[in-house]
Amino acid sequence: MTTEQPILTAQNITKKFAGTVALNQVNLEVYKGEVNVIVGENGAGKSTLMKILSGVYNTYEGKLFLDGEEVSFKTPREANDKGIAIIHQELNLIPYLSITENIFLGRELVNKFGFLDYETMHAQSREWLKKLDFNIDPKTKVGKLRIGEQQLIEIAKALSLNARVIIMDEPTSAISDSEVEILFRIIEDIKKKGVAILYISHKLDELFKIADRFIALRDGQMVGKIEDVSHVKKEDLIRFMVGRDIKNTFQRTKIPYGEEILRIEDLSFYKNPNTEDYWVQNVSLSVRKGEILGIFGLMGAGRTELFEAIFGLHPNRVTGKIYIEGKEVKINSVCDAIKAGLGLVPENRKKDGLVLQMNIAKNISMADTEQVVKSSFLNNVLECKLAKYYINKINIKTTSEKNITKNLSGGNQQKVVIGKWLATCPKVLFLDEPTRGIDVNAKNEIYHLIEQLAKEGLAVVVVSSELPEIMTISDRILVMSQSKIDTEFKSAEANEDAIMTAAIK
Amino acid sequence: MKMKEKLAQFKSIIALLLLCIILSIMSDKFLTVDNAWNVMRQISVNICISVGMTLVILSGGIDLSVGSILALSSAIAAGLLKYGVEFQSMNLFIGFTLLGAVVTGTTVGSGLGVFNGFMITKFKVPPFVATLAMLTIARGLTMLWTGGYPITGLNPSFAFLGTGWFLGIPMPVWISAVIVGIAIIITNYTQLGRYIYAIGSNESAARLSGIKIKNVKVWVYTIVGALSAIGGLIVTARLDSAQPNAGLSYELDSIAAVVIGGTSLSGGRGTILGTVQGALIIGVLNNGLVLLNVSPFWQQVVKGMVILVAVILDKASRKDD
Repeated sequence: MTTEQPILTAQNITKKFAGTVALNQVNLEVYKGEVNVIVGENGAGKSTLMKILSGVYNTYEGKLFLDGEEVSFKTPREANDKGIAIIHQELNLIPYLSITENIFLGRELVNKFGFLDYETMHAQSREWLKKLDFNIDPKTKVGKLRIGEQQLIEIAKALSLNARVIIMDEPTSAISDSEVEILFRIIEDIKKKGVAILYISHKLDELFKIADRFIALRDGQMVGKIEDVSHVKKEDLIRFMVGRDIKNTFQRTKIPYGEEILRIEDLSFYKNPNTEDYWVQNVSLSVRKGEILGIFGLMGAGRTELFEAIFGLHPNRVTGKIYIEGKEVKINSVCDAIKAGLGLVPENRKKDGLVLQMNIAKNISMADTEQVVKSSFLNNVLECKLAKYYINKINIKTTSEKNITKNLSGGNQQKVVIGKWLATCPKVLFLDEPTRGIDVNAKNEIYHLIEQLAKEGLAVVVVSSELPEIMTISDRILVMSQSKIDTEFKSAEANEDAIMTAAIK
Repeated sequence: MKMKEKLAQFKSIIALLLLCIILSIMSDKFLTVDNAWNVMRQISVNICISVGMTLVILSGGIDLSVGSILALSSAIAAGLLKYGVEFQSMNLFIGFTLLGAVVTGTTVGSGLGVFNGFMITKFKVPPFVATLAMLTIARGLTMLWTGGYPITGLNPSFAFLGTGWFLGIPMPVWISAVIVGIAIIITNYTQLGRYIYAIGSNESAARLSGIKIKNVKVWVYTIVGALSAIGGLIVTARLDSAQPNAGLSYELDSIAAVVIGGTSLSGGRGTILGTVQGALIIGVLNNGLVLLNVSPFWQQVVKGMVILVAVILDKASRKDD
């Protein structure tokens, strides 16, 4: 353990939003050459704290000290100049600009005529990329890179700012496991150079690999810190986060399943109709009534594309046969899919699942407005009744069905999306990453809900890139890798190693 | 939330009332029954078009071609009414009744709207570009059809549409009121209306909910086309003449009414009643500035300022959105 002074200290930070207290008297110390991990549930105040440290919010109570000197940042730029860089969860890169242009955005080098000095900038970019072992031409447009690679560009940018503190907000939420490995190696590397890392994440498992100290936030307050990480167990962190002992290992109860509901034969989804290049290649699967089928795969394995293909989003590039209750159906549009009895809870609920500005009732009736129409007009009474039914059934926490969905928490928003699909009375429900960005408690609730639905006779297909999730929830696990599904596990015989081996082959 | 929405709605009414009070103090001609009907009659055309424009903007699109569609469909209606169609090769002449001409004119407007919708949904031409193209195409066709000359001396019973009174209310006001009523019903109580809002707020979520985005969009552009044509018929009836230059820059007036009425240009948020208030504000302002003998050049400057102030106030009242 270090005995030195912390590089960055926050004292009694309080931040209020329109009456509610987001942070209450938080003290934080960040040490150089260490990975300082902040854990906490959604809404615990992690992001607010990060935004204060990085100059995004400039009105707050309390003091910040950098190297023992009091500082206050009016803009993110000022924080940058003092050596604090933040890598946001949603990366802030401009896809149409090159790597160099992104790295130097806002502080471009110019030659003596006042024109951009690309030669020097490219050379410097190349240097930074080399330090990250990332072999790529800095003239490449950022939009062409994968998410994990884009993250490396953000890190290169932070390093090029001579950042002494790099804040990483959920850096692994959008990247594959192999990219996580690379990221961790780089974190180890820059840590050795004396940079302090402030790291926020939900994914408790991965934290143990890199954390040097933990700080736990709950409801805007600091509830604990752990300086000696060698004895920390996952349960300890969970207790810190939620303030009570909870079993985050949800236990499935076995349900006897019924007859086959959905069978897919030889489904292929071409990237380009003229070449033999696939998103999804010759996939066959079947699900029974009351069964929960898990599909595991890493980023880019084609999981989301498989759902899109089944759901009729790309009718011209998809071949194969789909049978519902033994009868072949043609699905050429989302409408056809809904009529056939399929429902899809998409991966990104804010972008694809909800109309955030609309209230809960309108969102719930969205996929089947027909049932709230009376003599050809939308009927408010029917709509509210429908919404109330699902709010009760799946326990959406809200005071009224007229509340705007934007103001709900992530878990409740996800339930609204699920409610929307249940309202179409589906036979098969597809869930794509159903618990992404949702805190531990809400996660368990979603698992219980999914199990409940299966018990009631729904066939459920869950795609997830979180191994523990797929293992706890599924009756059967299919592993998708490189656009194909070759491996199947019964949940009893599945183990993490075997699944992962199948996924990375 | 509800309180705030209500307040935001009242805001334009308050602005309108203030405007009226100021104008009635400054000019004794403003607050008269005649002038009130005069204003209403003048804005009825803009209201017809702006109602359609509201639907388009709510769905996340824009229609720049309303003025040209207005000109072409009213020129065709006037031409058919006056001259009919003659096919010399077949020795055939078709005359048009008043109803026939009106229906044909409206159909032409709708057809041009369908064309816009088709370009936007089938060929993925951005709405701005597709309707910009239609703006010049329809204007060009109007010139071809009329030869650049106004078509005047129409059936006197046609003029009733523009200048007549029914139950003490001018016909154009009746027409626009009916259109406003239907549009309020569509936006609030029909699936089409719900889908328009959903698409404008989040097209991707709407698509994944099985909403037929293309159909809805084609409908929206068809409606605005039809309403532009109806606006054109009112103008033509009032002037007893179809001008080849009719409707020039009407797209700007209608977009202004929609924006002043609090509808978001990025779609998904706004109301028909808001647009009506927006059109009223513009109409009253125009009327007042004329009564006060303000130079037409200054009138334009003032109108532009009002648009800016309205939008800034609207933004401020939704700050925490």
